[in-house]
Amino acid sequence: MNQNKTLIKVENVSKSFGDIKALRGVSMSLQAGQVIALLGENGAGKTTLINHLLGRETPDSGSVSIAGHTPGSYPARQTIGAVLQSAAMPETLTVKEHIELFSSYYSSPRTLTNTLEIAGLTELQNRKFKALSGGQKQRVLFAIAICGQPPIILLDEPTVGLDVQSRRQFWQCIRNLREQGTCVLLTTHYLEEADALADQVLLLNKGEIVHQGSSESLKQRLGGKRIRFTYSDPTAAFEHLPAVNHVMYRGSQIELISECAEETATALLTQYPTLSDLTIEQVSLEDAFIHFSVKDNDKELAA
Amino acid sequence: MISQINSMRQSVSLSNILWLETRNEILKTFRMPAFVIPSLIFPVMFYVFFGVLFNQSGADGNMSHYLIATYGVFGIMGPALFSFGVGVAVEKDQGWFAVKRCSPMPISAYFISRILTSMIFGLIIVLELFIIGAVFGDVVLTRSQWILTLVSLLLGTLPFCVLGLWIGLTIKGQAAPAIVNLIYLPMAFLSGLWIPLGVFPEFMQNVAWIFPAFHLSQMVLSIQGLSLGFDLIWHLLSLVTMSAIAWLLAARAFNKHA
Repeated sequence: MNQNKTLIKVENVSKSFGDIKALRGVSMSLQAGQVIALLGENGAGKTTLINHLLGRETPDSGSVSIAGHTPGSYPARQTIGAVLQSAAMPETLTVKEHIELFSSYYSSPRTLTNTLEIAGLTELQNRKFKALSGGQKQRVLFAIAICGQPPIILLDEPTVGLDVQSRRQFWQCIRNLREQGTCVLLTTHYLEEADALADQVLLLNKGEIVHQGSSESLKQRLGGKRIRFTYSDPTAAFEHLPAVNHVMYRGSQIELISECAEETATALLTQYPTLSDLTIEQVSLEDAFIHFSVKDNDKELAA
Repeated sequence: MISQINSMRQSVSLSNILWLETRNEILKTFRMPAFVIPSLIFPVMFYVFFGVLFNQSGADGNMSHYLIATYGVFGIMGPALFSFGVGVAVEKDQGWFAVKRCSPMPISAYFISRILTSMIFGLIIVLELFIIGAVFGDVVLTRSQWILTLVSLLLGTLPFCVLGLWIGLTIKGQAAPAIVNLIYLPMAFLSGLWIPLGVFPEFMQNVAWIFPAFHLSQMVLSIQGLSLGFDLIWHLLSLVTMSAIAWLLAARAFNKHA
């Protein structure tokens, strides 16, 4: 597969639903063999963007092209396999019957055995859809998206509502695909998921792309780790500690954002040995949204 | 890439798609006993009661002949209205219709498979009626009358498929079974499918003209010379017009979901 071929091209797309601006001048492009995670809160515009790629929405302005074709046209549909949010399949058909039918829509489908293997469904092929667990059902939806061997796979929140084990199994499916050179675009709430899978992260906030790059670069931009602890003296100050770039006080609960947790924690424990309940964790996506929406508000206030 | 996709189109086998789509549709339907059993049994059961056991009075002693035509219409209406009305409404609400439309499925395959499934279902019901009518109901028809009745009934599923499609694309999946029954059962009664229309007051005989089931039943009855006697062309025109209107409404609803 040609690694430099641009498969998805979105140029300056805006879309409003009534007064709500769902997308504001979004541009992006995707090449073969890339895995991209589209991150954002509910209502950030992730599904709207996916719907534009599928031709289910048309942009108010700007343009979208799928391997040179209009989204939703027959050649574009041959190029994309999609797992839409919260779709349920007819329940009385078996996994195999569903996959056989969808494979027939495509000109060079995978073999049934291959599809079942990639989706981890070989053992379940004769089960009816209704007899599957949530994670297994999700894998069947995934299987019908990939059975035609399309060069692009779109996954709209593929792991919502799955338990940890099912989610990891699902990630393995996506890694298997990437190894075969498929271009994968997935939307998610979980930074962890983007971390585990994506070469690149697009962060959407209120219909705008606010960050594009690796998930590492996103975390760096957000400033690393969050350190939380309880300290009884409310007059104590922590801003001077090494690598700290943000401090929040909530009564005796203190929260530091640190670029280097090890340095900060060492100094912290030396200088304040009586603190308790110390935890250190990854800066979360939630922090990213707070970070970006605070910036947003500042912009609005300045304007 | 473009030439690659053009060659893709050529190598997709439409007949294979249609076969698998229809196979799945049939399996899906026949694996729902709550739907299959009443659909296959009710028309025949009613026919046994009213056409065979209590057929001495009414319709000038032709009750078993009359009812074989009208229960035939009743029998083919059900699968068509439910497959499209309820089936499409449910799949639309579950997001399954959207998944299929985002795939390279030819949309015609979706509809043709449902039409064929409804017809196969209807065929079983009509053959059941024929056997019971001929063996127990003393129904005597010429070979061409049997064939003509069967063919008219099978073609007669089409208007109800279109009507069902419009309903299915318009209403919510949860409400669909109730709404389809609210159309199906009163229409069957008021079109004279259960009791010959001649027994009804004149006002109700006139009302029957708004129902496609009335027109189809009159066309099928005319094969045995048991219709009310209006020119066939009026019934055919009415059916075609009603189907066309339902088709336009369905197309409008379909585009709304695009």
